Order: sequence, then structure tokens, then C-alpha cells
Amino acid sequence: MPRQTPSQTIGPFFGFGLAPDQYGFAGTAVGSGTVAADQVAGQRIRVVGRVFDGAGAVIPDALIEIWQADAAGRCDGFANEPPSGRSGAPFTGFGRAGTGARSDGRFEFDTIKPGSVDGLQAPHLQVTLFMRGLLRHVVTRVYFADEHEANLRDPVLCAVPRNRRDTLIARCDDAHSSHTYSFDIHMQGERETVFFDV
Amino acid sequence: MTTSESDRSSQPPYRYPDYVSTRLRAPTQPPIRIPGFSSRHAGPALDDSALSPLDADLTRNGRRNGEPVGERIIVTGRIIDEIGRPVPGALLEIWQANAAGRYIQPTDQHDAPLDPNFLGTGRCRSDATGHYGFRTIKPGAYPWQNHPNAWRPNHIHLSLFGPDFGSRLVTQMYFQGDPLLPLDPIFNSVPEDARDLLVAQFELDRTEPGVALAFRFDIVLRGPRATPREA
Ligand SMILES: [Fe+2]
Repeated sequence: MPRQTPSQTIGPFFGFGLAPDQYGFAGTAVGSGTVAADQVAGQRIRVVGRVFDGAGAVIPDALIEIWQADAAGRCDGFANEPPSGRSGAPFTGFGRAGTGARSDGRFEFDTIKPGSVDGLQAPHLQVTLFMRGLLRHVVTRVYFADEHEANLRDPVLCAVPRNRRDTLIARCDDAHSSHTYSFDIHMQGERETVFFDV
Repeated sequence: MTTSESDRSSQPPYRYPDYVSTRLRAPTQPPIRIPGFSSRHAGPALDDSALSPLDADLTRNGRRNGEPVGERIIVTGRIIDEIGRPVPGALLEIWQANAAGRYIQPTDQHDAPLDPNFLGTGRCRSDATGHYGFRTIKPGAYPWQNHPNAWRPNHIHLSLFGPDFGSRLVTQMYFQGDPLLPLDPIFNSVPEDARDLLVAQFELDRTEPGVALAFRFDIVLRGPRATPREA
């Protein structure tokens, strides 16, 4: 049986290659902080946050990718489609943001609130996180604080120890509009974010 | 399809103290297992409207007033899954230092020259049989701050999207015979019996005489390790 190619860290200098548009270079990436174009149906939301290391310092060289269903809960993949298959699609469900793109280390995604994928899971964003010092990427989820009932029934959240579930819930941030959610990621410490083995 | 337990025996740990940056960034809690999670999800849709054939030729896609400096190389390989099936349509994103060991990213402070004709980034997709290829300049080694007199071996960074969420991979490709390899904590974080999987092999048959040397780098993406199950 072939063995998996080992993972290696993304390193500190990925910006010009993976997110050139965000780091001041010419060229486009396969994903950006704008996940849904204006014409896409659904409730417009913004998800913002920062990533913190074990000493509480903001991590300025992480890459965050999100992937989500549309407002109706559709979550169709791109698997094996020809290269032209998705050209110019207004909604791919995929977003990518580097935390070095802004001086405060914040990532921002402008998107729509996803629907429930299978009627069972609460609305959520799938998150993949890469950074210098992380030899393999980690995977987590963003759930929404105002989906309290759905969150209580979500099978993935229910598999998480009760005292750690909060690390997966994005707060509606009063400092912004009601449609901005705040989701910080802590790599270590008391508030260490829950990561999933997928 | 069902996904069986993944074989992680070739993967590095999160915490590897010799690689100093892992100490404050590696999660300390074990990841929570969600059975069947990745098999339920295809990969994300990607807007690749910007992909062009020139993306796979890093010796040309950054030219301004001449050719980039350095050794031209051709990198080819095949992408398969854990049961040996070819992975067609996988997206590879590539980024690297130039021949002098310098990245164009402004945060790279290494005192080595930039090359006005080299960007060091590109993309390609695997074909119907899982084969991919790109052309570039062999990247130089560069110093880093991990420990006194630390140098990264020559390497090319690769990011891959395969057929499902679980097959996502970011890695680095190294070169056969590099004397810096046994000294590199990032390379050494991989279990010893799996390190060869990250080393591209010189391949005389694929060289372009008078133009470029060739290296072979095959890639095995995670999954599906699945057996079709009759209802
Ligand atoms: Fe590097």
C-alpha cells in the first residue's frame, strides 16, 4: 500500500504564492476573503478573527481556508472537474485569507450564512489552518452563537467535551454590525481551540 | 464508500521541539475524532478561472527583461491515492526561493539578491492519469533563525487539493543528495522511514538535453482507503 506523502509546514513566505492578491502581488488566487459575490442568495455575514500562539501573541503568518455550504445547504465539491469547470463561479464555497495581509493580523471573510448540510448539522464553516511551526495543518469548525437550538443538536459539537464547545462558537460582535461574527483561534492554553481528526 | 482508519505513520508530529516554532504553535490537546467526517465531504470548489499554461513554467512567468538566473529544472511526477489509484485534476500550487535562496515575499530578510525575472510561484493540475509537471529554477538554500548556523536545504513548497477534504496536503519537495537534509529539523520531523518520500530523484530520461535537468517527485494523497460497500 502506498504511504501518504508526509506533510511539511507551509513556512512563513507563502503569501506571494497562495494569496498574491492579499499580499500586494499581481495575480489571482483560487480563493480569497470574498467567498460570495454580491448576487449570491443568502444572509450576508462577515467572519473575522485572529490566531494566537501559546504565549498569547497574535500569529502574523497563518493561512486560513474556509469551506462551506450555500444558503440552501448545498455543498457540492469540485472533485475531478475539468479546470474550466468553475470559471467565474459567483460562489465556490471556498475562501482563503492570510493573517499577514493586514497589520493587525486579522483575517476577514465576507460570505453568506450557510444552510444546514444534511438537516442534522448546524450551519457551520469548515476551517483549515496552516502556519510556520505547524508541521501538519489542523481542521476546525466555526459555528454561530445565534444558532443555539441547532448547535445543541449538532452531532459534531455533541462529540466535543461540553467545556470546550465554546471554542467553536463565533460570537456576534456588538462593536460591528449584527452580521459580523468574531472567531479567534488559540493554538494552546486554557482556551485552546478544538481541532478535529478528519 | 466508507473510510477506514487513516495510516498516519508517515506524518510528522505536531510538537517537534528541535523545530523551535512548534513549541508555541503545536496544539497540545489530541484532535477529536469524527468518524466518516472527511468521506462525507468532497473538496471545496475552486475558482481556477485564472489558471493558464504559463502558470506551470516558472522560468517564463516572471520574465521582465531577460531569463531568470539559475539551473533550469523539470519536475514531474504522478499523484495517486493510498490504494494506488491515479488522482486526476488535482490542483498543485508551487512557491519557492530563487537560485540565490531569496523569496520575493517582503518579509524575507535574507541578504541575497532578488531576480527581476523570477517570481517563484506557479500552478498546475494533474492530468487524467494523475501526472503533473512544471518547469522552474532550482531554488537555493537559505539561512534561518532556528538554531546557530541553520540553513534550509533546497526545497520547493507545494500545496495540493485532491478529490476530497481529507486529501488536502501542504508539503515541501527536497532534492536527492542534499548535504543539508540530515541537519534540517523540519525534514527530520518526519519519521525516519518516511523521509525518502519527500526527496525528488534525479531522472536522466526526462532531462531536456542542453536545456534542463529533471527530477521525479511522486505524491500520495490521503484517502480514500475505502471499499465500496453494497447496500
Ligand atoms: Fe521555504
